[in-house]
Amino acid sequence: MSGAFRIPSAGRLSQAKTARFSFDGQSYAGIEGDTLASALLANGVHLVGRSFKYHRPRGILSAGAEEPNALVEIKRDAARKTPNVRATVQELYDGLAAQSQNRWPSLSFDVGAVNDMASPFFSAGFYYKTFMWPKAAWKSLYEPKIRAAAGLGVSPDQPDPDHYSSRYAHCDVLVLGGGAAGIAAALAAAETGVRVILADEQAEFGGSLRFESGARIDGQDGFAWAQGAVAKLAAMDNVRVLSRTTAFGYYAQNFVGLVERVSDHLKAPGHELPRERLWQVRAKRVVLASGAIERHMVFADNDRPGIMLAGAARTYLNHYGVAVGKNVGVYTANDSAYAAAIDLKKAGVNVAAIVDLRDNPTGPVIDEARALGIEVNFGRAVIRAGGKLRVSSMTVQPKNGGGERTIPVDAILMSAGWTPSVHLFSQSRGKVAFNDETKRFVPGIYAQDCVSVGACNGTDGLSASLDEAYAAGAKAAKDAGAKTARGMKPKVDASESWSRGMLGAAPGAGSDTTVKAFVDFQNDVTAKDIRQAVHEGMRSIEHVKRFTTNGMATDQGKTSNMHGLAIAAETLGKPIPEVGLTTFRAPYTPVTFGAIVSHARGPLFDPTRRTAIHPWAEAQGAVFEDVGQWKRAWYFPKAGEDMHAAVDRECVAVRKTAGLFDASTLGKIEVVGPDAAKFMELLYTNPWEKLEPGRCRYGIMLREDGFIYDDGVVGRLAPDRFHVTTTTGGAPRVMNHMEDYLQTEFPHLNVWLTSITEQWAVIAVQGPKSRDIIAPLVEGIDMSDEALPHMSVREGKICGVPTRLFRMSFTGERGFEVNVPADYGQAVWEALWAEGQKHGAAAYGTEAMHVLRAEKGYIIVGQDTDGTVTPNDAGLDWAVGKKKADFVGIRGMARPDLVAKGRKQLVGLKTKDPKVVLEEGAQIVEDPKQAIPMKMIGHVTSSYWSQNCGRSIALALVAGGRGRMGDTLYVPMPNGVIEVEVTGMVFFDETGGRLNG
Amino acid sequence: MLLIRCPYCEEERPELEFRNAGEAHIARSANIAGESDDDFEKFFFIRSNPKGIIHERWRHMHGCARFFNAVRDTVTDKFIMTYKAGEPKPSKLPEISNEVVAK
Amino acid sequence: MAKAATKKATTVATLSVERRPALAGRTTSAPAVKIEVLPPAERISLRAPEASVAALSKALGVTLPKKPKTSASKAGRTALWLGPDEWLVIDEAGNDPLADCAGVSALHSAVGISHRNVAIAVTGAGAAATINAGCPQDLSLDAFPVGACSRTILGKTEIVLSRNAADAFRVECWRSFSDYVFTFLSEGSRDAAV
Repeated sequence: MSGAFRIPSAGRLSQAKTARFSFDGQSYAGIEGDTLASALLANGVHLVGRSFKYHRPRGILSAGAEEPNALVEIKRDAARKTPNVRATVQELYDGLAAQSQNRWPSLSFDVGAVNDMASPFFSAGFYYKTFMWPKAAWKSLYEPKIRAAAGLGVSPDQPDPDHYSSRYAHCDVLVLGGGAAGIAAALAAAETGVRVILADEQAEFGGSLRFESGARIDGQDGFAWAQGAVAKLAAMDNVRVLSRTTAFGYYAQNFVGLVERVSDHLKAPGHELPRERLWQVRAKRVVLASGAIERHMVFADNDRPGIMLAGAARTYLNHYGVAVGKNVGVYTANDSAYAAAIDLKKAGVNVAAIVDLRDNPTGPVIDEARALGIEVNFGRAVIRAGGKLRVSSMTVQPKNGGGERTIPVDAILMSAGWTPSVHLFSQSRGKVAFNDETKRFVPGIYAQDCVSVGACNGTDGLSASLDEAYAAGAKAAKDAGAKTARGMKPKVDASESWSRGMLGAAPGAGSDTTVKAFVDFQNDVTAKDIRQAVHEGMRSIEHVKRFTTNGMATDQGKTSNMHGLAIAAETLGKPIPEVGLTTFRAPYTPVTFGAIVSHARGPLFDPTRRTAIHPWAEAQGAVFEDVGQWKRAWYFPKAGEDMHAAVDRECVAVRKTAGLFDASTLGKIEVVGPDAAKFMELLYTNPWEKLEPGRCRYGIMLREDGFIYDDGVVGRLAPDRFHVTTTTGGAPRVMNHMEDYLQTEFPHLNVWLTSITEQWAVIAVQGPKSRDIIAPLVEGIDMSDEALPHMSVREGKICGVPTRLFRMSFTGERGFEVNVPADYGQAVWEALWAEGQKHGAAAYGTEAMHVLRAEKGYIIVGQDTDGTVTPNDAGLDWAVGKKKADFVGIRGMARPDLVAKGRKQLVGLKTKDPKVVLEEGAQIVEDPKQAIPMKMIGHVTSSYWSQNCGRSIALALVAGGRGRMGDTLYVPMPNGVIEVEVTGMVFFDETGGRLNG
Repeated sequence: MLLIRCPYCEEERPELEFRNAGEAHIARSANIAGESDDDFEKFFFIRSNPKGIIHERWRHMHGCARFFNAVRDTVTDKFIMTYKAGEPKPSKLPEISNEVVAK
Repeated sequence: MAKAATKKATTVATLSVERRPALAGRTTSAPAVKIEVLPPAERISLRAPEASVAALSKALGVTLPKKPKTSASKAGRTALWLGPDEWLVIDEAGNDPLADCAGVSALHSAVGISHRNVAIAVTGAGAAATINAGCPQDLSLDAFPVGACSRTILGKTEIVLSRNAADAFRVECWRSFSDYVFTFLSEGSRDAAV
């Protein structure tokens, strides 16, 4: 027997399949098909958690996703600890281990419950009012303490070992909700042949058919019909049926996010299955069949374990075969709770009394309850519940006052009515409308191609819901392009129907401040809190919500929003629609980070780009640095070398003999067409028309604002063909910038752009011996200075493969950049390396490259410039074509501020002590003795130790810098002021003779 | 994720393939170098930022790579229409509201 | 150019070096899908106005498609429509489309990108599902029929996707993204049987 409260004759689970589980270390037996909640209830366990603020003992309120109380931690192993799992959703598996949360030292004795006694201090807005002073204490004292004391579960502290998958899917009709209405809509749509996806958050389809014992469709029990219909749908090629799948967000243009829980219900999921699967569905039409959620009654101590929604108790009985008590009371304001009482009574559970707030209701369920001998009381209220860890009694009083009567009970089933689940409709930006007669918000104005059917549309009764849903499914299919319909509408033989109920606080909520009549269980918000919020001046429901936190917990107020709204409206003396409903936002229920991140973890977090030469550098023990998505060889340490020693050696080698550098990551764009030169004239500051084929030029690209955007060497391969290089990081945006102007401003030009960044591997060979290293491998190119002067380019062959050989230098030495098709990059590098070894060449990385270029005063865009530097600021006026009538940035560059005196200009800095290396980003002042805050006149942009110069070198942007040559400036640092001299930007080989050396 | 109709690909494609490129129909002067400070300010800095209908540029970056123009409602975030770069501002906009009042 | 290059050519021994394609030979299988890196192919990025299409089609021996999202194939050579004036021409028969375009005087731009791209074949009943793990396009046969092609997104990178058969796709990406793309597809294939 799987629990003392299991009724063998009731429910749909097979008694044979026992599943053992534990809760707070205690072992229990359940049945496969149970939820953790039903299994606990079968064992008579109602107390499952402590509340958020007051640490009040809490039980199981619901039987579904709306559960605010029964949040537990499920632990599979050290890394697989999931907090805040709703026990009403978690399916039982053999070996499941659950723990209660938010209590210490134990669930039944929780020290934090002192908050309950101290509750007058914890009323609405408490945090806002109390922790205001002293201001500094918020961060250091109050917030950490509050966060430690509050909160729900504990986050797992190990990396998530599970994997998650994701899928984009498209369909014609997406049906959200797999109750009777959803299934009917899906059938109608599927029968036309269009692509249908039907999703439901439960393990089994059927929705309220799980508990509606009175429903019969097509001659079958309603739930059995649902299983048959879903099996039929699942067998159709055009239908995808997703159980355990929650639609958590409804976004623009029928884009819906769903999470499918794939393996949380399995005993041993194995490694192949993802834990969850994220579905991002684009549907032509959406049918919302999300049902309705029952509301609780708001009365004193309505949160005692054992007090639950009537529909939930009925579900536990009719689906799981579990009696939620042996002697239950019922408190209701509508008919539906009667059905629960009747089913329980028939199953042998004593129903102590039904307390109905209505004065003289009539109807078949009431007659049936009476006929079964159940005591029915009209016009009465439950004014409080007795018991602490479990409800022990309900105290009843005529609703307008009078004598009290206390009835012993071990459970109270309550129903204030049903709230249509308009969450997804609202997320779709649809506007709800308030139906004053039935006191509920239903879909009003649609914003997307969707339709609501059944209970979420305020349609009462199975028969009406099915008719509506079937018609809507067929119409959705037709609107999505279906040609034919050939189905048969399911026939409802018997159904249940109810509506109405009440909103807001029942008489038992009291006005006494010590009474706790809960509106929002999860955030511990009482009727009194809502009233207080209004009394303290909150008028908008959005303010009331934030002041009280009503509806702001992880359950998003599924059971509490309408009550909170009604109490606020009553206190304000306004009709409900005037007070308004708060906005529903995604997610409908909490979504794991794992599902959202999905594949984008580890190596798939972001692409890691490697060059063709990367394997060689790796084999040489290179240390890599991240440059955007690229991995670039930073330096190549030899045994015993630190970074400093390696970089010094690499820098010296380049100037003494030669160095090889992998420059493959440089952006490269081939500009082709008869108007190529004209286009280049417009995109770069330099003149290009007269550049001869075979020659190169250093180009500067500006944005329209006149600031430097990118730079690079451009080779003209032919009159109509340029090979443009860009910075590594700038490659994509430069391409976009060029395409933008070409397509939208200069579309008359006959020229096209192609990214060739990855077509060519680039090997820079720099240094006095560079030509000696390259020449033996080259075919068809005259390497003499006359034939191949500095800043020229030739096409030919190297090592038998095509090359674009650039004679250019980013080091100030004689230099070449060998472009070869990428797949040959490593082999050509190896051949060059072998040649280089004969001359003592070194491989150098990006750090040495930075030092070498700084020794020559060559700038790096993005390091020495920051988006506010003009060519003039950077000392690059010479690269601006003075006779040009137009280029991008020509006008921006002439703006008053950009030609004003005193702009920051790039200069060199030498520290007075040559051994001191400045920090990049350090601020520069004129007078270090001035009062703080000092006037900063610039900052260091590049700074290195230069072994070749035997001293530190730096570049800096300094106000009026070029007029300060030889001046002494100061760099105040935490441990002292550093004295610097303003110099030119070239620190090595000022005459440039080495370019041909 | 929005669906955006690319006028070159002639179909709606997922937003992930696109990139916004700012307001449309802001002509760069053929004689930009001779522009006054005021005119350059208007051209370069001043944007309409309307509540409601905006004409803006998009690029089908990871599709056909073409820049094109779109009319979008900044309140509803709905694309009203798209058209090719270089085509004039549409004089009349199609009615696209699919707001339906529930029965 | 050629003139300048040969004027004073120094004689060197004819050398040859090994070609090392990215991810050469890499392959992986899952229950419903197989993913394999394809051998190198010749490729050009071809750009041309409408008026040049006929001449280029003739030179290439394959009719450049003018309809969006379509491709045309002949004798091991495929032209994929990528944009209104842009085609990716892939030759798997060992012929060089760049050379074929060189003689065309009609306005165009042909740029060799054989080494820029890496091709990965995704085949099997779960091929579309594998790609849909990170590609937001509708890959049903109605929306993306055999012969369809498109530049699009896979995860966090750009690909060119084409469909060779109901259950066979070709994914082209840039060389340095191939590791990411292959890994992504492998990851997606684990869940493609659903």
